[in-house]
Amino acid sequence: MTSSRKVSSVLKYVFILIMSFISVFPFVWMVIESTNSSADILAGKMSIGDQFMVNWHNAFTQTNLIGDFWNSLKIATEVTVLSIIVASLAAYGFQIYRSRGKNWIYSIFIASMMIPFSVLMIPLYRMVSKLGLVNTAWAVVLPGIMSVFLVFFFHQSLETFPIDTIESARIDGASEIRIFWSVVLPQLRSTFAAAAIYSFMGAWNNYMWPLIVLQSDDQKTLPLLISGLSANTNFSIDYGVIMILIIISTIPIFLIFLFLQKYFVQGMTGANKG
Amino acid sequence: MNGVNERTNRMGWWFIGLSIVSFAVFMIYPILSSVKLVFSSLSGDSSTFVGFGNFVRLFHDTTFWSSLGNSFLFLVVEVPIMLLFAIILAVVLNSKMLKLRGFWRLLIFLPCVTSLVSYSILFKMLFSSDGLINKFLMNGLHIISSPIPWLTDPTMAKIVIILALLWRWTGYNMIFFLAGLQNVSEEIYEAAEIDGASKIQQFLHITLPALRPIILFTAVQSTISTLQLFDEPMNITNGGPANSSTTIAMYIYNVSFKYVPNFGYAAAMSYVVMFIILILSLIQMKVAKNDD
Repeated sequence: MTSSRKVSSVLKYVFILIMSFISVFPFVWMVIESTNSSADILAGKMSIGDQFMVNWHNAFTQTNLIGDFWNSLKIATEVTVLSIIVASLAAYGFQIYRSRGKNWIYSIFIASMMIPFSVLMIPLYRMVSKLGLVNTAWAVVLPGIMSVFLVFFFHQSLETFPIDTIESARIDGASEIRIFWSVVLPQLRSTFAAAAIYSFMGAWNNYMWPLIVLQSDDQKTLPLLISGLSANTNFSIDYGVIMILIIISTIPIFLIFLFLQKYFVQGMTGANKG
Repeated sequence: MNGVNERTNRMGWWFIGLSIVSFAVFMIYPILSSVKLVFSSLSGDSSTFVGFGNFVRLFHDTTFWSSLGNSFLFLVVEVPIMLLFAIILAVVLNSKMLKLRGFWRLLIFLPCVTSLVSYSILFKMLFSSDGLINKFLMNGLHIISSPIPWLTDPTMAKIVIILALLWRWTGYNMIFFLAGLQNVSEEIYEAAEIDGASKIQQFLHITLPALRPIILFTAVQSTISTLQLFDEPMNITNGGPANSSTTIAMYIYNVSFKYVPNFGYAAAMSYVVMFIILILSLIQMKVAKNDD
């Protein structure tokens, strides 16, 4: 019994070590190869080289890294702020001021989560191009401000909100919007943090829709820059530069993960406990 | 809501207003105009009514069927493997005997911080014919003598995409199971232990049934997202070689924006995907209910 326990305990560690190694290896590889030249990367060199500064320099001078980083940051921030305002207000309206009509609309919202993006893609593109918004950040930001998932997320977290505090604020004569702002908001801080992370990550990593509506080089986001460079067939690809770009595009999300781990996991999974 | 009078309750519409307007513009309007699209042949600005012509055309379009087939293959092969690994990882990482649990959880979850484009390109590089994986298999392990054509062989290309998906999404799903396991009490396992149940029996008869609602949830979610798979095949194989790893989402994109655009035909295909998602989700929910 004890020896079989030992075996199963050793197996557990072996399993978890192998899985962790697989998880982490691409990150280690990416960092190592960012210090090597494109030729060395292709040759499969697995040691730290001396080309980091060269790759870094090339990434900043040969690609539109700064501009595209700024585009990504701007779009992701705008989508995050706007979608959270819209969703938190809506969820509050649905949850606190229940009525038959509102419940009905909420059900329609939830049902729409089943609709794949490809159904919306073409009509949205025609709409955006009729409005002359192709190749502007608005084309990405505007459709991003309505997130049904975020409405659902806030709705869930308001389910357990103590109604008494709202009632007593009403008796004290506070206006409805004031109650939302100074009674409800402060209590939902962690929900807002998780929602912000979810929204920011989605916008930061968004690929398909920006690929459709952002075609000019100066409007591109980081995923479009990286994807475009590595799909290039006209001239040889500088893999050292691509490594730097991938690292730079990963750093913001990695930092959020490191410092806001609890909210990060909540935001990623939409889990609403703890 | 009790205590809220009619007038206050009407205030709620002000809170919801913004979302209704944006939902109408970015969801209802596109859906309504897609209904018209489906029955027309539209390229550029000229639109002709074709009735069910687009759907008739689907039946004879071999690329449509092969793309749909690829999406299903990814769904049927990748999702069960991923969920199984996610459950096993969650069970192991939940065990009190394991030291440094927080640290291991962090490592397993780490792939989720990468953007879909970034990790796809890393995988494309790792699996290129002179990439690290081939080098390792040839010079490190000596199990192959010539490089495996990972990205240029139709079967291998699909395998690389499946491996990439497994790497990126297993840790993500593991988190759901880990959360679910917090609700299973330790005592049930202790009682089973006393009754002489083996670890595997405990897993099959206690852990799995307890996780059933979460298995359903992750399965539905993975089904919906796998049928919309785009970023990975686009960036790892670009659908190749010769459309052998093109997914249905990629084909819809190609028909809309890459080839000579035909919006009506693409819209008809997107409706097929929508109905498949609807039917599969309903079946999965039904199965879960009947099991009870």
